[in-house]
Amino acid sequence: MGIGMMKKDKNEDAPKRQAIREQIDENLKRVYSATLNEELPDRFRELLAQLKGKEDAGRGGAA
Amino acid sequence: MSTAPGLAASDPRDRLAGAIPKLRAFAISLARDSAKADDLVQDTILKAWSNIEKFDPATNLDAWLFTILRNTFYSSLRKIRREVQDSDGVHAAALSVKPAHDGRLAMQEFQRAFDKLSPEHREVLILVGASGFSCEEAADMMGVAIGTVKSRASRARKRLAELLHLEDGEDMFSGTDGATQAVVLRTAAAGF
Repeated sequence: MGIGMMKKDKNEDAPKRQAIREQIDENLKRVYSATLNEELPDRFRELLAQLKGKEDAGRGGAA
Repeated sequence: MSTAPGLAASDPRDRLAGAIPKLRAFAISLARDSAKADDLVQDTILKAWSNIEKFDPATNLDAWLFTILRNTFYSSLRKIRREVQDSDGVHAAALSVKPAHDGRLAMQEFQRAFDKLSPEHREVLILVGASGFSCEEAADMMGVAIGTVKSRASRARKRLAELLHLEDGEDMFSGTDGATQAVVLRTAAAGF
Protein backbone atom coordinates (compact mmCIF):
# COMPACT_ATOMS: atom_id res chain seq x y z
CA MET A 1 0.00 0.00 0.00
CA GLY A 2 2.68 2.43 1.12
CA ILE A 3 4.73 1.60 -1.94
CA GLY A 4 1.72 2.12 -4.18
CA MET A 5 1.24 5.61 -2.79
CA MET A 6 4.87 6.47 -3.23
CA LYS A 7 4.63 5.50 -6.86
CA LYS A 8 1.69 7.73 -7.70
CA ASP A 9 3.76 10.18 -9.72
CA LYS A 10 5.23 7.37 -11.71
CA ASN A 11 1.80 5.99 -12.53
CA GLU A 12 0.59 9.32 -13.87
CA ASP A 13 3.51 9.33 -16.25
CA ALA A 14 3.08 5.71 -17.25
CA PRO A 15 1.45 6.21 -20.68
CA LYS A 16 3.98 8.87 -21.66
CA ARG A 17 6.86 6.77 -20.42
CA GLN A 18 5.52 3.83 -22.36
CA ALA A 19 5.33 5.94 -25.52
CA ILE A 20 8.89 7.20 -25.06
CA ARG A 21 10.06 3.68 -24.44
CA GLU A 22 8.44 2.51 -27.66
CA GLN A 23 9.99 5.34 -29.63
CA ILE A 24 13.39 4.57 -28.21
CA ASP A 25 13.16 0.87 -28.91
CA GLU A 26 11.89 1.50 -32.41
CA ASN A 27 14.89 3.73 -33.10
CA LEU A 28 17.29 1.29 -31.47
CA LYS A 29 16.05 -1.40 -33.83
CA ARG A 30 16.48 0.95 -36.74
CA VAL A 31 20.05 1.83 -35.80
CA TYR A 32 20.85 -1.82 -35.18
CA SER A 33 19.31 -3.08 -38.40
CA ALA A 34 21.09 -0.36 -40.38
CA THR A 35 24.45 -1.74 -39.26
CA LEU A 36 23.18 -5.29 -39.61
CA ASN A 37 22.56 -4.64 -43.29
CA GLU A 38 25.90 -3.06 -44.01
CA GLU A 39 28.08 -4.94 -46.43
CA LEU A 40 30.62 -7.04 -44.58
CA PRO A 41 34.31 -6.34 -44.98
CA ASP A 42 36.10 -9.12 -46.89
CA ARG A 43 38.49 -9.69 -44.01
CA PHE A 44 35.97 -11.86 -42.17
CA ARG A 45 35.36 -14.17 -45.08
CA GLU A 46 39.10 -14.40 -45.60
CA LEU A 47 39.74 -15.05 -41.92
CA LEU A 48 37.21 -17.90 -41.79
CA ALA A 49 38.60 -19.41 -45.00
CA GLN A 50 42.08 -19.22 -43.52
CA LEU A 51 41.02 -20.86 -40.27
CA LYS A 52 39.16 -23.57 -42.14
CA GLY A 53 42.11 -24.13 -44.43
CA LYS A 54 44.44 -24.60 -41.48
CA GLU A 55 41.98 -26.98 -39.87
CA ASP A 56 41.58 -29.09 -43.01
CA ALA A 57 45.33 -29.24 -43.51
CA GLY A 58 45.76 -30.38 -39.93
CA ARG A 59 43.06 -33.01 -40.16
CA GLY A 60 44.14 -34.38 -43.53
CA GLY A 61 47.71 -34.81 -42.31
CA ALA A 62 48.74 -32.22 -44.92
CA ALA A 63 50.53 -34.67 -47.24
CA MET B 1 33.59 -41.20 -48.08
CA SER B 2 31.25 -40.22 -45.28
CA THR B 3 33.74 -39.25 -42.64
CA ALA B 4 31.84 -38.59 -39.42
CA PRO B 5 28.82 -37.01 -41.09
CA GLY B 6 27.05 -36.11 -37.85
CA LEU B 7 30.09 -34.36 -36.49
CA ALA B 8 30.79 -32.38 -39.61
CA ALA B 9 27.18 -31.33 -40.05
CA SER B 10 26.88 -30.02 -36.51
CA ASP B 11 30.18 -28.18 -36.27
CA PRO B 12 29.17 -24.85 -34.75
CA ARG B 13 32.11 -23.24 -36.50
CA ASP B 14 30.18 -23.54 -39.74
CA ARG B 15 27.65 -21.16 -38.25
CA LEU B 16 30.18 -18.45 -37.44
CA ALA B 17 29.93 -16.80 -40.85
CA GLY B 18 26.19 -16.38 -40.45
CA ALA B 19 26.61 -14.72 -37.08
CA ILE B 20 29.06 -12.08 -38.26
CA PRO B 21 26.55 -9.37 -39.30
CA LYS B 22 24.93 -9.51 -35.85
CA LEU B 23 28.29 -9.55 -34.10
CA ARG B 24 29.44 -6.59 -36.11
CA ALA B 25 26.28 -4.59 -35.42
CA PHE B 26 26.73 -5.26 -31.71
CA ALA B 27 30.43 -4.38 -31.93
CA ILE B 28 29.68 -1.09 -33.66
CA SER B 29 27.15 -0.16 -31.02
CA LEU B 30 29.73 -0.85 -28.31
CA ALA B 31 32.84 0.58 -29.95
CA ARG B 32 31.11 3.34 -31.99
CA ASP B 33 33.88 3.08 -34.54
CA SER B 34 33.82 0.74 -37.53
CA ALA B 35 37.55 0.00 -37.49
CA LYS B 36 37.58 -0.86 -33.80
CA ALA B 37 34.38 -2.82 -34.20
CA ASP B 38 35.88 -4.89 -36.99
CA ASP B 39 38.94 -5.66 -34.88
CA LEU B 40 36.61 -6.70 -32.11
CA VAL B 41 34.70 -9.03 -34.44
CA GLN B 42 37.96 -10.49 -35.72
CA ASP B 43 39.19 -11.17 -32.16
CA THR B 44 35.83 -12.73 -31.35
CA ILE B 45 35.96 -15.06 -34.35
CA LEU B 46 39.50 -16.14 -33.47
CA LYS B 47 38.59 -16.80 -29.85
CA ALA B 48 35.41 -18.62 -30.80
CA TRP B 49 37.23 -20.76 -33.34
CA SER B 50 39.95 -21.87 -30.96
CA ASN B 51 37.60 -22.34 -28.00
CA ILE B 52 34.74 -23.97 -29.87
CA GLU B 53 34.87 -27.06 -27.64
CA LYS B 54 33.74 -24.81 -24.77
CA PHE B 55 30.52 -24.01 -26.62
CA ASP B 56 27.54 -26.08 -25.53
CA PRO B 57 25.61 -26.90 -28.74
CA ALA B 58 22.40 -27.02 -26.72
CA THR B 59 22.73 -23.29 -26.09
CA ASN B 60 22.43 -20.20 -28.27
CA LEU B 61 25.52 -19.65 -30.43
CA ASP B 62 24.75 -15.94 -30.91
CA ALA B 63 24.58 -15.43 -27.16
CA TRP B 64 27.89 -17.23 -26.70
CA LEU B 65 29.56 -15.12 -29.40
CA PHE B 66 28.07 -11.89 -28.06
CA THR B 67 29.46 -12.79 -24.64
CA ILE B 68 32.95 -13.30 -26.05
CA LEU B 69 32.69 -10.03 -27.93
CA ARG B 70 31.52 -7.93 -25.01
CA ASN B 71 34.10 -9.46 -22.68
CA THR B 72 36.81 -8.69 -25.23
CA PHE B 73 35.48 -5.18 -25.56
CA TYR B 74 35.41 -4.50 -21.82
CA SER B 75 38.86 -5.88 -21.21
CA SER B 76 40.31 -3.67 -23.93
CA LEU B 77 38.21 -0.78 -22.64
CA ARG B 78 39.80 -1.08 -19.24
CA LYS B 79 43.16 -0.62 -20.91
CA ILE B 80 42.28 2.26 -23.19
CA ARG B 81 39.32 3.88 -21.51
CA ARG B 82 40.38 7.40 -22.39
CA GLU B 83 41.04 6.68 -26.02
CA VAL B 84 37.61 5.12 -26.47
CA GLN B 85 35.87 8.13 -24.99
CA ASP B 86 37.66 10.37 -27.45
CA SER B 87 36.05 8.61 -30.38
CA ASP B 88 32.70 10.26 -29.70
CA GLY B 89 30.31 10.14 -32.60
CA VAL B 90 32.60 8.55 -35.12
CA HIS B 91 30.07 6.04 -36.32
CA ALA B 92 27.31 8.60 -36.18
CA ALA B 93 29.23 10.63 -38.71
CA ALA B 94 29.61 7.59 -40.93
CA LEU B 95 25.89 6.90 -40.80
CA SER B 96 24.84 10.33 -41.97
CA VAL B 97 25.90 10.14 -45.56
CA LYS B 98 23.10 11.53 -47.69
CA PRO B 99 20.77 14.22 -46.45
CA ALA B 100 17.33 13.36 -47.71
CA HIS B 101 14.52 13.80 -45.22
CA ASP B 102 13.69 15.66 -42.06
CA GLY B 103 13.42 12.23 -40.56
CA ARG B 104 17.05 11.57 -41.29
CA LEU B 105 18.05 14.38 -38.99
CA ALA B 106 16.05 12.85 -36.18
CA MET B 107 17.73 9.54 -36.85
CA GLN B 108 21.10 11.20 -36.76
CA GLU B 109 20.20 12.91 -33.52
CA PHE B 110 19.14 9.62 -32.08
CA GLN B 111 22.42 8.04 -33.11
CA ARG B 112 24.36 10.92 -31.60
CA ALA B 113 22.48 10.69 -28.32
CA PHE B 114 22.96 6.92 -28.29
CA ASP B 115 26.69 7.39 -28.78
CA LYS B 116 26.80 9.61 -25.70
CA LEU B 117 25.58 6.81 -23.46
CA SER B 118 28.03 4.77 -21.44
CA PRO B 119 29.08 1.48 -23.06
CA GLU B 120 27.11 -0.38 -20.40
CA HIS B 121 23.96 1.53 -21.32
CA ARG B 122 24.50 1.06 -25.04
CA GLU B 123 25.06 -2.60 -24.47
CA VAL B 124 21.93 -3.26 -22.47
CA LEU B 125 19.77 -1.28 -24.90
CA ILE B 126 21.07 -3.13 -27.92
CA LEU B 127 20.76 -6.51 -26.25
CA VAL B 128 17.24 -6.18 -24.90
CA GLY B 129 15.90 -3.32 -27.00
CA ALA B 130 17.14 -4.13 -30.48
CA SER B 131 18.70 -7.53 -30.97
CA GLY B 132 15.83 -9.49 -29.50
CA PHE B 133 17.55 -11.24 -26.61
CA SER B 134 15.49 -11.84 -23.50
CA CYS B 135 16.42 -10.13 -20.23
CA GLU B 136 17.46 -13.56 -19.01
CA GLU B 137 19.83 -14.11 -21.93
CA ALA B 138 21.19 -10.58 -21.57
CA ALA B 139 21.78 -11.21 -17.86
CA ASP B 140 23.79 -14.33 -18.70
CA MET B 141 25.84 -12.49 -21.28
CA MET B 142 26.48 -9.51 -19.03
CA GLY B 143 27.15 -11.67 -15.99
CA VAL B 144 24.61 -9.83 -13.84
CA ALA B 145 21.17 -10.56 -12.33
CA ILE B 146 18.01 -10.15 -14.41
CA GLY B 147 16.90 -7.35 -12.11
CA THR B 148 20.11 -5.50 -12.90
CA VAL B 149 19.46 -5.86 -16.63
CA LYS B 150 15.97 -4.42 -16.21
CA SER B 151 16.99 -1.50 -14.04
CA ARG B 152 20.01 -0.74 -16.22
CA ALA B 153 17.84 -0.81 -19.35
CA SER B 154 15.36 1.48 -17.69
CA ARG B 155 18.07 3.95 -16.62
CA ALA B 156 19.58 3.81 -20.10
CA ARG B 157 16.23 4.60 -21.75
CA LYS B 158 15.72 7.43 -19.30
CA ARG B 159 19.14 8.86 -20.05
CA LEU B 160 18.51 8.59 -23.77
CA ALA B 161 15.16 10.33 -23.37
CA GLU B 162 16.93 13.13 -21.48
CA LEU B 163 19.57 13.50 -24.18
CA LEU B 164 16.81 13.68 -26.78
CA HIS B 165 14.73 16.04 -24.64
CA LEU B 166 11.87 13.60 -24.67
CA GLU B 167 11.01 13.98 -20.98
CA ASP B 168 8.42 16.65 -21.73
CA GLY B 169 6.60 14.40 -24.14
CA GLU B 170 7.99 16.03 -27.25
CA ASP B 171 7.68 13.67 -30.17
CA MET B 172 11.05 13.79 -31.80
CA PHE B 173 10.45 10.88 -34.10
CA SER B 174 7.11 11.72 -35.63
CA GLY B 175 7.26 11.17 -39.33
CA THR B 176 10.40 9.11 -39.18
CA ASP B 177 8.93 5.70 -39.74
CA GLY B 178 8.99 4.13 -43.19
CA ALA B 179 10.81 6.83 -45.10
CA THR B 180 13.75 7.20 -42.74
CA GLN B 181 14.18 3.53 -42.35
CA ALA B 182 14.29 3.14 -46.11
CA VAL B 183 16.93 5.87 -46.36
CA VAL B 184 19.02 4.43 -43.59
CA LEU B 185 18.81 0.95 -45.00
CA ARG B 186 19.54 2.07 -48.53
CA THR B 187 22.56 4.01 -47.32
CA ALA B 188 23.68 0.97 -45.40
CA ALA B 189 23.17 -1.34 -48.37
CA ALA B 190 25.27 0.95 -50.53
CA GLY B 191 28.09 0.20 -48.14
CA PHE B 192 29.00 3.88 -48.06
